[in-house]
Parts: sequence; C-alpha cells; structure tokens
Amino acid sequence: MTKNLRVKSSKLVDETYRISFKFNGTTYYGFKGDTLASALLANNIHLVGRSFKYHRPRGIMTAGSEEPNAIVQLHNGTSRTEPNVRATEIEIYEGLDASSQNCWPSVKFDIGGINNFLSPLLPAGFYYKTFMWPASFWEKYEYFIRKSAGLGKSPDVPDPDIYEHKYIHCDVLVIGAGISGIIAAKTAAKNGFKTLLVEEKSYLGGSTIYQDSEFFKINNQNSASWLEKEINEIKKIENLEIKTRTSVAAFHGYNFLLARENLTDHLPLEQRENKTRQRLLKIRAKKVITATGSIERPLIFDNNDRPGILLSSAIKKYADLFGVACGERNILFTNNDNAYETAMSLIQKGIKVQAIIDNREEIDSKLIKETEKNNIKIYKGYTIVDTFGYKRINSVSIMKLSKDGQKVIGSKENISCDSLGVSGGWTPAVHLFTQSGGKLKFRDDDQVFIPNTYPSNQISIGSCNGDFTLDEILINGPKLLKEFLKIKKTEYENIEIYSAFNKSKRNIWLLPSNKIVGKTKSFVDFQNDATAKDIKLALREGFRSIEHVKRYTTTGMGTDQGKLGNIHALGIISETASSKMGELGTTTFRPPYTPLTFGTIVGRNVGKYFDIIRKTPIHKWHVENKAEFENVGQWKRAWYYPQNGENMHEAVQRESKAARDSAGILDASTLGKIDIQGTDASEFLNRVYTNAWSKLEIGKCRYGLMLNEDGMVYDDGVTTRLDENHYIMTTTTGGAATVLGKLEDYLQTEWPELDVYLTSVTDHYATISVCGPNSKKIIQKVIPEIDLSDKDFPHMSFKNSKIGKVKCRIMRISFTGEQSYEINIQANYAKSVWENCMEAGKEFNITPYGTETMHLLRAEKGFIIAGQDTDATMTPIDLQMDWIVSKKKFDFIGKRSLYRSDTIREDRKQLVGLITDNPEEILEEGAQIVADMNKTPIEMLGHVTSSYFSPNLKKSIALGVVKGGKNMMGQKLIIPMEKKQINVTVTDPVFLDKENKRLNA
Amino acid sequence: MFLINCPFCGEREQSEFKAGGEAHIVRPKQPTELSDDQWAEYLFMRKNIKGIQFERWNHIHGCRKWFNMVRDTSNDEIKAVYKMGEKPPVK
Ligand SMILES: [Zn+2]
Repeated sequence: MTKNLRVKSSKLVDETYRISFKFNGTTYYGFKGDTLASALLANNIHLVGRSFKYHRPRGIMTAGSEEPNAIVQLHNGTSRTEPNVRATEIEIYEGLDASSQNCWPSVKFDIGGINNFLSPLLPAGFYYKTFMWPASFWEKYEYFIRKSAGLGKSPDVPDPDIYEHKYIHCDVLVIGAGISGIIAAKTAAKNGFKTLLVEEKSYLGGSTIYQDSEFFKINNQNSASWLEKEINEIKKIENLEIKTRTSVAAFHGYNFLLARENLTDHLPLEQRENKTRQRLLKIRAKKVITATGSIERPLIFDNNDRPGILLSSAIKKYADLFGVACGERNILFTNNDNAYETAMSLIQKGIKVQAIIDNREEIDSKLIKETEKNNIKIYKGYTIVDTFGYKRINSVSIMKLSKDGQKVIGSKENISCDSLGVSGGWTPAVHLFTQSGGKLKFRDDDQVFIPNTYPSNQISIGSCNGDFTLDEILINGPKLLKEFLKIKKTEYENIEIYSAFNKSKRNIWLLPSNKIVGKTKSFVDFQNDATAKDIKLALREGFRSIEHVKRYTTTGMGTDQGKLGNIHALGIISETASSKMGELGTTTFRPPYTPLTFGTIVGRNVGKYFDIIRKTPIHKWHVENKAEFENVGQWKRAWYYPQNGENMHEAVQRESKAARDSAGILDASTLGKIDIQGTDASEFLNRVYTNAWSKLEIGKCRYGLMLNEDGMVYDDGVTTRLDENHYIMTTTTGGAATVLGKLEDYLQTEWPELDVYLTSVTDHYATISVCGPNSKKIIQKVIPEIDLSDKDFPHMSFKNSKIGKVKCRIMRISFTGEQSYEINIQANYAKSVWENCMEAGKEFNITPYGTETMHLLRAEKGFIIAGQDTDATMTPIDLQMDWIVSKKKFDFIGKRSLYRSDTIREDRKQLVGLITDNPEEILEEGAQIVADMNKTPIEMLGHVTSSYFSPNLKKSIALGVVKGGKNMMGQKLIIPMEKKQINVTVTDPVFLDKENKRLNA
Repeated sequence: MFLINCPFCGEREQSEFKAGGEAHIVRPKQPTELSDDQWAEYLFMRKNIKGIQFERWNHIHGCRKWFNMVRDTSNDEIKAVYKMGEKPPVK
C-alpha cells in the first residue's frame, strides 16, 4: 500500500530535510516545505475524512484554503489541539500529529457510513423536518447527531500560546502575492506609496511561480523565471512590507481590514515556546488592491466526491510545487484548456495521463495539439457519468454529450484510473470584495461574477477581477493600477506575452447522466453533503430565494463557506427555475474568509488582562487585610473582610453591627465625582436634578435624584456646594461615566448658552467614609484642629481642612443612617489617611466594612441603590420619593414624563418593604411576589430587589417592587420558591430609625 | 469601522466615538404645555431611514464633544460632519 509518489524537481520542498509526522497514529515522512496534504499524497494517502452527513469517504480535493474535505484535528487530546485545520494549508513540522475528523470509530471503518445507504431517507431539510418534532425529543436526537457527526473537538484545557493584536496603517494594501499582487505592490511602492503586501501562503508568486513551461512566456522568459526576478526586486524595496502566512479574514467599510498573521504554526512544537503564535492585524489602508486570484471550479456529476478526485489545478500544483504525483494513472476531466496545462506538467515530470475527457466537441489550441502529441487519448464532447471505487477512485464511466449538452447519448465506456482531475473553469475569489460592500456583475461570456461597483477606495485586479489569462493580467492590471494610483506609467507598458491558452469553455452546471437526477449523488457542497438533487428538491418544495435554498440544503454553510460549489448551486437554480444568473444574486460571504482561532480574536485580552481593572488607592490595604473583592463595573471593591474563618454572612453581620454600635470605615473612592464650575452651575443642577438647588448655601450638601427624559430614575448621589459657582457632584460607582456623558450632552446640545464646565475627578480624589456613634471622636483625633460640633458642622454640610499639610474636604453625609464623615483627599495620600483613621479608631473597635455591609446598612434605612432597586422603569413616585420632586421648578429633565398617562397609573410597581413572617427566613433577591396562588395564570405582582438579615433589627428585611404596593401596607403576600412558599407582609421601606435620630447621636 | 472626521480633532477610529441617535430634535422649551401625544412625539419617535440620515455623535474617548453627522445608512458613507448648532452642509 505504501508507495513513494515523489517525483523529481519540485519548486518548494527541500528534499534534504526530512520531517516525520503522524496521521491517524501512523508515522510518515515528508520534506520541509510540504503541506500535510502534499506529504500524505506523497505517501499515497488520499482518504483523510468522512463527509458530514453521509459519512462518505473523502480525500484531499484542492491545494489551498478552499479545501472542503481534508480537514483534520491537530494534536488531539493536548492543550494545543485544534479542529478543522485544512490539511492543504498546514505546513508539516517535526512532531505534527494529525487525525481525521467526523469518523467513528475510524476513517477506514465508519459506522456513520450507513447514512450513505440510507441517503434516500436523508434529503435536504431532513434534519429540519425530522428532529424538530417533538421539541422535547431534541436532547435525545442531539446526542446521536453529535456523536456521529460534528466537526472536530475543541480543547478542554487552556491554550498555552500567546496571541496579539497589531494596528497597521498604510497607503496601499495589496491582498495576495500572485503575479497581479506582485506587480501591484511593486508599482505602488516604487511610486512612493507606503505599501503592505500580504499573502496567505508561505511563498510568493501564486500559481505563476510554478508555471514553468514554454507555453507561457513574458519577455521571452518563461513566466516563472520572469516573476521570480520581480519577486527578488520587490524584496529590496524599502517602503514595501511583505507578510506571508497572512490571511485577510475580513474587509470592512472604510478600508478597515482584519488579517491573521501566522507566526509559529509551521514550527516544531518545542520551538514555539514564548513566541507569539498568531497576530491579528487591524489594517487601515488608504487604498486597497485586491489580488486574491480565483478558485478552480469542480464539475458536478454522479459520484464526483471519491477520494482521488481532485481539482485539475491542484494535481498540477502538487506535481510542480511539491513534486508529488496524485496518482500513477491520471484522468483529467475538463470543460476548458486548463486541464491541458496540468497534463503537460504531469508529462514533463513523467507522470502518466491516461486520458482527457473534454466536454467540448470542437477544440483547438496549441496547448491541446501539444498534449495530443504525447499519445494521450482525448475524448472530445464527452462527459463522465459515474465513478467507481469506495476508498479511492478506480475507474470512470464516460458517455457522449448531446449537441445541446442536456443529455448523454451512445454507449458507456469505462476507463480505469487512480486519480481524476476535474476542471470546470475558474471562479474569481470575490469574497473579500463583497464583504467590503462591493456589488458584483455577472459576465455571461464565461459565466463568472466579477466586481462591478466599489464602495471604498479599492480595486480588484487579476483573476479575482475576471482577467484569467497571462495577457489579460499583464495588460489590464497595469492599466487599472495607473488609473487607481494616479500615475503616468508603469514598468509593464511594452511587455511581450506569449500564451498557448485558448479561452473557450463549455459551461454545463449539472452534467447530464444516464440516470435520473434523483438517483445520482452529484455533490455541489462537499463539506455539507449537499447534492444537485437536494437543490432541485428545495426548488420543487417552493424555495426560490438563493438565501433560502442555501439554508434549506445547507449549501455553502460549512467552514469553507462553499468556496468551490456555491456557483454551481446558483447555476442549477437558475437553470431549473429559468431565472438569469445575474438576477439571482449570490449568497453573502461573511468574515472570516478562512476560520480564525479564538486566540487570535482575543489576543492578549485573556485572564487578568480580559478587561481593565480599576483599583482604589487604598486597594493594597484591603488586600493585606484579607478582603474579599467584588467587581463593580471595572472596579475591584472590598466586599467584606472575613476574620478567623468567617463566611460572608458571619463577616457581614459582625461588620454591620460594629458600624452601628461603634464605628465602621468604608473605602468609597469608586463613587463617581464630577467637578462642576461656572456662573450657571446652580441653574444647571436645577435642570438636571428633580429637586431645587438655587438656595443651597455654600458649604452644604444635598442629595439629588437624576431622571431620564422619560421620567425614570437614572442615578443618584450627593452634591456639595464648594463655592458660589463651584460644586462637586457624586454619582454611583457604575454610573460615573454615563452621567458625565449625559450632562455633557445637555450642556453641549440643548443648553449651550449655560456657562458650565464639567470635569471628571473620580480618580483624583479618594473617599474614606467613617460612620457610627464614635465616628466624630475618630475624625477629631485624625484632624484635631477641626470643629466637629453639630452646631458648627451639622449633617449635610462640608468643610475644607488639612491633614498634616495635605488639603482635604470633609463632608458630613450618610448612606448608612449613622452619623458619618467622608474624607475626600488627593488619591496618593489616601492609604496613609486610611491608616491614620484605623489607628485613631483602634480604641473604638473601628471595623472596616465592604460593599455587602454598606448595602445591608442602607437597606435597613430604606435607601435605594440605583440599578439594584431601580431598573429604568421606576419613577421617583414609584420609589415613594415624592418628597424629592420639586413642584415649583418650571422644568427639569424628565419632569413632563412624570404625569404621562402611564406614569400616573396607581397600579405601577412601587417600592415597598417586605417583612417575612418567619424573622429568620431570608428572601432571595429576584424572587417573584404574588398575592393569589390559586389564580391561573398566577399573577406576578413584582419581585424582591434587596434582601438581608439585619443584625441590628435581628430579623430578615427586604425591599421589593410590587404593583400598587403603595396602597398595600400591612397586606400579606407570598414569595413562591421551588419547594416552599414564604409569607411576607408589606411595610414601609424604612426599617430602622425612621426619625433619623442616629444621624446626630 | 468608520473613520470619522471629528470637527475638533480630525480623523479618528469609530471606536473612539459613540453614536447618539437622530440629530436636530430640539427639546421643547415648555414641556409642561405639551399634550401626552406631543411629548411622546419628542420623547419616543425617531426616524429609521435607509439613505441620508442626520445623526448625533460624541467623541467620547477624545475631546468629549458632541457633533452632527450626515450619513448614508445604505452604504455607511459619511457625507459630512458639522458642529452642534451649525446648519447641515448638505441636504
Ligand atoms: Zn474630537
């Protein structure tokens, strides 16, 4: 079975450098420069996988990124495992370990292969029709579908590799380094444009670089040698950067492109340590030149998917570039001249061509004549009607085509072979062009879609623009470049081109057979097993839109996005439905062009770098004192400080009690702080808060509620008047940025006449809040010279002061209901001031508390947390905070909305307190609230928004929103839980110290 | 991703900006005088045009300035940017 199919003279592989690799557990050898596909073919291995639906044996079909069949899993069972890697793209390296996907238990014996025999039962839409009903059975179906199908396995351990993102700005980006890309890059760079040339393969020159024959000449040299000189020249140009192994994944608007640069995938594993594996390039180019080439079309006939059937151009490439024969007895099947190029390449290398089957009846070109000289039998006007061989093609049946190409006539003839190359002409690779928003037109002459209108500063040149022959490329390309780059001339003005190629083609989308279509398996999408029969069925069932047919038959929905067969699907639809190709349109090609790893997409944003982490200037102290942290937006906030193995509940109970019994200290530095200055600052606050601000004296603080224009509570906080025209506003931690944005919006767009300036100072000041009956004594110790008497420094007032030489602001405000002082100080002094407070408070058992205790303490007082007790559907009236809504003010943001017919409804959800019958029972936040369990359907009245066990009240307390709750005081309600019902009573939301005595205790 | 020409800073990546909805909707001077329907018209009703649209943008990670943009929503072509309070330079 094992054979060496390596032939002499190859362009790319280094036969002095042998590399061993594993495929399905067996060790094989290849050479440096081989792809996994070329190395397997050299070892006479064609069968690499099973098809998705029918589990038919499948082999390598192409030699590029368009490969539908030969997709493998790399390094199965390790952290570097990767599914769906195209064997045609991965370069082999010492230690490469690849295995087949989509086969179980093995590629040679696959149980799912039974689907092939059941295939009459598995038509298009089978999965939709069968497994969708009954819905409850889906879990069972899914188990079997996933086990027998599915494309590869994802790794289950962290990725050890490093990925990164890089921004690139250039004047001209050239995509693709085939002959067109090379002349474009050279022309752009030599005319002073900062140019970037990217190429998905490891080498430059595309298919011309191995076009080594006397049939194709440029300036009297064969085209490969001519291009090689061009490549050597461009490598020396300074303002031209060349990136190989770099595949453009997405072409967005405004010439913004994403490309993946592969840096280590071709290296042995041990050489990859500490190197960046893949880089996502974010390219912004002033001009883009797309030279992505074209993809050879397969031909659609019965059993066109057997291992050993490849694109004719792939057979040529394996022979010329890798020195590999795909078979020893090749047949070529074509509708154009390209197969003859392949034939001549094979003959040059001593590889046998059995026969060429050509759809065309009357053909004549130099190339064909040359081929005929080599005693190759050419069947003109014939088609293949069937193929044979289960795991490898062994023969084909051919018949004569009728004049109109709709039928086969005469008798069948069998020809044996071990490899079949098919050539159906070329499809321009317009994927990136259409991604960018470009519109295509259909060229009837040769049945191709080519670029028509460009949405940005870009052009397509070469075969992706429909210029397939050497003369078209070298005449039209430079012409387009001159116009696009606005230059007078190029180096390619008087170039001499010789091409033996004739452009004639006989395009038949679905080749006729002696069987009826229903009995054939003519694959259109190889990866997803969609056949011509499926497409015809979809049309019979009434699907007309190409997008619908695509989804119903799954044509083009594989990881290859149907790069080979989409065009044939369109062709078959147009023929069957008698609609014009140009009018059908194409399906949308979506990024990425070829699959990207998650690692590339994420880059360095993994683990602790996943998102920005904001820490307060006192963070280190919290860490040293064993705080547990909670994420509040990007902030890390101390959550609670467990002592002696306390759990969260125990720690919070201790902290809450200490804060009310003696003294607590909280790091409130994360609160948003906005400095507001200007002669209209008071008027501005009047307009943005619901209450009145004009009369607030200098040195006083006031709590404010901010609404959206729709009347719903948006944010809250205390604002202090520092001076006549100077305020400092605090916002919630999470709302800081959006509040600033909203205020700027009104200032700049609605009230530009106001003289007001806003500056975010959140990070500039730290805030230390000391609360509790002993807070005054502690602050006095920290700042001995300050007068803290209630008369001189009452609740809701502010003083400038100094700690040592450092200026600070002290606010007497309270979010806990206790007497409390907030020290605002320049951030870099905060930790030492915090430590001063801890030292001064030692004798009073000052207890640091975190956000959990803060929430509990404020809930005891019935203070809301915007965003927890409110959810953008709560007005101040709903919150029972009517007192804060000014009746006198002419206007403020959201005022008019407070008496819309909807906001004045009595049965809106309103904030209430909830007390459980059992004082030990703690409600779950988010739990539903109902009144009548017997009503069907049960009416949900609202939900619990905050819930705690209060150590100070020695009972469970909760806040919740309840429909019409305001008028339900004392009423019994039910919280239904999974296994029980909890009875609660509606109360006032203020549970503790309704008279606010503690503020001055 | 657009390249947006901030009227204050010049060309910058779209990621530095925040879109702010339809432009040239003036907040009523006397909201209290409006009926529910009139207020709702101001509050809720926004155009969703395929074609030329006037919209507000904020250079939120830059100069923090709000400005207006004329954009063709069918192909994302930015026809013009102009400062708040200025008349649109194109129709
Ligand atoms: Zn700006």
